[in-house]
Amino acid sequence: MSVADFQPVIGLEVHAQLLTRSKIFCGCSTEFGAPPNANTCQVCLGMPGVLPVLNEKVVEFAVRVGRALECRINPVSIWARKNYFYPDLPKGYQISQYDQPLCQHGGLEIDTDDGPKRIRILRIHLEEDAGKNVHDAGGGESLVDLNRSGVPLIEIVSEPDIRSSTEASEYLKALRDVLVYLGVNDGNLEEGSFRCDANVSVMPKGSTKYGQRVELKNINSFRFVQKAIDYEIERQVRRLEEGGKIAQETRLFDAVKGETRSMRSKEEAHDYRYFPEPDLPPLRIPPGYVERIERELPELPRAKLQRFVTSYSLPAYDAKILVGDRALADLFEKVEAVYGGPAKKLANWFTGELLRLLKEDSAQLAALRFTPEQFAALLKSVDGGELSNNAAKDVFAEMFRTGRAPMDIAREKGLIQVQDAGAVEAAVDAVLAANPDEVEKYRSGKKQVLGFLVGQVMKAMKGKGNPALVNAALKAKLGD
Amino acid sequence: MEPTELSMLELGKKLASGELSSVEAVRACLARVDRLDGEVKAFLRVDREGALAQAEASDRRRKDGKRAGLLDGVPVGLKDLFLTEGLPTTAGSKILESFIAPYDGTVVKLLRAAGTPILGKLNMDEFAMGSSTENSAFFPTRNPWNLATSPGGSSGGSAAAVASRMAFGALGTDTGGSIRQPAALTGIVGLKPTYGRVSRFGVVAFASSLDQVGPMTRDVPDCAALLQTIAVHDPCDSTSAPAKAPDYFAELEAGVKGMKLGLPREYFELPGMDPEVRAAVEGATRALQKLGAELVPVSLPHTRFALATYYLIAPAEASSNLARYDGVRYGLRSGEGKNLLAMYGHTRDEGFGLEVKRRVMLGTYALSAGYYDAYYLKAQKVRTLIKKDFEDAFRTVDAVLSPTSPTPAFRIGEKVSDPLAMYLNDVFTLPCNLAGLPGMSVPCGFTRANLPIGLQILGRPWDEARVLRIGRAFEREHDFHRRTPPLGAA
Amino acid sequence: MSLTLEEVRHVAGLARLSLSAEEETLMRTQLSAILDAVDELSRVDTSAVEPTSHAAGDVSPWRTDDVRPSFPPEKALGNAPAKVGTSFAVPRIIE
Repeated sequence: MSVADFQPVIGLEVHAQLLTRSKIFCGCSTEFGAPPNANTCQVCLGMPGVLPVLNEKVVEFAVRVGRALECRINPVSIWARKNYFYPDLPKGYQISQYDQPLCQHGGLEIDTDDGPKRIRILRIHLEEDAGKNVHDAGGGESLVDLNRSGVPLIEIVSEPDIRSSTEASEYLKALRDVLVYLGVNDGNLEEGSFRCDANVSVMPKGSTKYGQRVELKNINSFRFVQKAIDYEIERQVRRLEEGGKIAQETRLFDAVKGETRSMRSKEEAHDYRYFPEPDLPPLRIPPGYVERIERELPELPRAKLQRFVTSYSLPAYDAKILVGDRALADLFEKVEAVYGGPAKKLANWFTGELLRLLKEDSAQLAALRFTPEQFAALLKSVDGGELSNNAAKDVFAEMFRTGRAPMDIAREKGLIQVQDAGAVEAAVDAVLAANPDEVEKYRSGKKQVLGFLVGQVMKAMKGKGNPALVNAALKAKLGD
Repeated sequence: MEPTELSMLELGKKLASGELSSVEAVRACLARVDRLDGEVKAFLRVDREGALAQAEASDRRRKDGKRAGLLDGVPVGLKDLFLTEGLPTTAGSKILESFIAPYDGTVVKLLRAAGTPILGKLNMDEFAMGSSTENSAFFPTRNPWNLATSPGGSSGGSAAAVASRMAFGALGTDTGGSIRQPAALTGIVGLKPTYGRVSRFGVVAFASSLDQVGPMTRDVPDCAALLQTIAVHDPCDSTSAPAKAPDYFAELEAGVKGMKLGLPREYFELPGMDPEVRAAVEGATRALQKLGAELVPVSLPHTRFALATYYLIAPAEASSNLARYDGVRYGLRSGEGKNLLAMYGHTRDEGFGLEVKRRVMLGTYALSAGYYDAYYLKAQKVRTLIKKDFEDAFRTVDAVLSPTSPTPAFRIGEKVSDPLAMYLNDVFTLPCNLAGLPGMSVPCGFTRANLPIGLQILGRPWDEARVLRIGRAFEREHDFHRRTPPLGAA
Repeated sequence: MSLTLEEVRHVAGLARLSLSAEEETLMRTQLSAILDAVDELSRVDTSAVEPTSHAAGDVSPWRTDDVRPSFPPEKALGNAPAKVGTSFAVPRIIE
């Protein structure tokens, strides 16, 4: 028996912070990076006498996500208290949703080796984030910072439809892209605004009975998702093969060792003693609210990808890169609309020069200095022969830095190729006259001297001859 | 005449006319506190400087012709679970003994805007859990009518302060009867508004779906005035009613002619009701009949389950509300905490009194895995039936009358070691909280031992005006509310 | 008695109460008595009844997504039993 004899079954739970300005139940800022406890008030500090009041933006964002993921939005959903003690949980309970969450029964399509596959989404609900507990290196104490306490979260729970670590990774990326597209999350796994827990079990191939699942936590990069899940699958298979049983437990992924290990010696599962939150009435979605949000939904990543492939005849590879960033995709379409030329050519510029320059400068697309019109003009000048490809790259870099018009830059740098047929002809005539031996050699069959002659013409034209024109004129004059 | 013999509104008039100043009124209260509170022990903290400063500000406003309203300058006391910025707010507990409130609760803000100087913070059963104020972590308060007896609870300090005229009025909270029962036992007026009428923001929570803030005063018009001041929608409280409160004075003196008043069989049939209480309350109902009301027998069949229902729901919510007292961010932290778990355990064991621990345990159990359905969920369903009983009754009657407490004030120490016996004090008051209805106690008699007896009036949701009107109709024809305890009479 | 000592200890653990041995025994007796008393609720037919999960009426109050001033650090930490800088300090959890 080996791993190949077993079928992994994976479900993923994602906690995503919502990009509202203020917290879910109070007006404190959600901004990251403030000094400890600078963004707190009596409510998110869990002081005596405080009560929660819901941020309307949180509902809007959650419904957006719910509809983008094809979920049913429950017109009435219930807030619940999840009770447990921890220093980063100021009230001693988290306000979340248990019975009757906001969204249910949706799905997200991903690409697998066997084609597209829909991963079903069981539920999406709202809750508040906890603060941060940092273990103080020296003191034997822990330090508690409650800035994050009360930041709004949505929890997206998939059905256990995922069958490999690759699919898991694809699902997370696709989910992340949707959330970023919707403007509700910044998709940052490393900073913790997008967190993932995995439920992993294995069963013999062909079986219909799921094995005992194990929860994996602390997966904080996309790289680690696959590693953690693969390790866990192997661990479970090994254990079963040895005749052992899989314990119901929570395991942490140790990125350094590349393995999962059991969390805390806690024997019992938490008893969260859920009950409906008495301080918050049920969340009622007004009539027409969902429809309005749906109308305002942007084109989602997957749909955009498919459209880019078909409408622009782009290879999937290119389209994926363009679509990976909504602003990049939007810019592409703007430029293409003005340019009107082959989309693949433009795509090459995007995936090549533009992304390179953005990365080098750590720049943001939002701060781009040149206009779509200028970009289109640059490409047209290459098509039209006024600029060589290399010259155009030079011009583009300058455009990127200064936002000046491409032809102004080209003129200044003396990069504009001479297109004038008369001037080319005159130069060709002069070179041919000055190199009779080479002319002889060419005419007697040694075609390779053409290169030398082209070089001479280019030299005479100080490099500004349009190579295609020069070539054509030489050949014509040489009688080819 | 001693200023402290005046009602709030009477004092308000004299302040408006300049006959008295707020500073004089505060000084009169403080003098009485000095004289009497050594024995009554109603106050946990007297804020002399603060109250005098607020009184001076009130007097200045009056001089400038800018009085804030009827109650501007009238000194009041607050049960010590209202957060008052800059002052300790203990909720009667060791675990908050040195907690300084960093903000004013909404109701406190409203009082400040109304200009009522706050004399200090009043004693209570710890975290509002109790019916005698014996569960205060600090000391029990005594009933001014007989210092060997309890003033009731949990708002015992508030009741005793008003009854002994150390304060002109006070605010309390009522979760299962904690305003009405002490009002009955000390011969004053106490009202619990409809759930959602008054903001709970800045009130230390006991049971979130039952707690309400309410006035405790010497007479019904004062009660109406204080209620009017605090019955304001609060956007900081998601359970606060959006609708504006009516004018509670509009119909206050309109009498009870033509009203139908229900007498619930199950309340009057309770074994263990003191015969003097029964007699006084029955007498009161007949008096209302003479004033033109029709007495109608009604049945509230699920009454006998109210106690069990309450003692599952309230502790369950409390167990969750009290989880925040963990020694991390404020309040007591035990020295016995070598690690986090030990710190939690010892802090809460040392900081909570026995009754609080008992209810936290009970509540935790009722919510725990395997028991939620049988206990908490079941209780919430029976609660619905109790609500329905009232809805049915209110189809035929306008209000329901009953005794407030089955017995008059009992001796301190008599019931405190028998929780179940203590819980029985609230049999008549609990159902009103479960149903979210407004309820008021007005003095309606005295025992032979000169202990006060209260009449409870329950109304439809949002019908405080009618409840006040019924109470006022009775009060006008009697002088029970004008009697003062022998303590400090001379 | 309805409750065993084991159950009392379990509940005390959930509630983070370090009860003394006397308290455990007292709780066992008193809580059992209370649970016996509330047991009568099981006799009520609630098969067709919805729980009263929310006492307030039909309101769904929302607030706008505006940032409001937070507490200055003195206020946030004003009652802190222990702090390091502007963080709350707590004993470590034993793993």
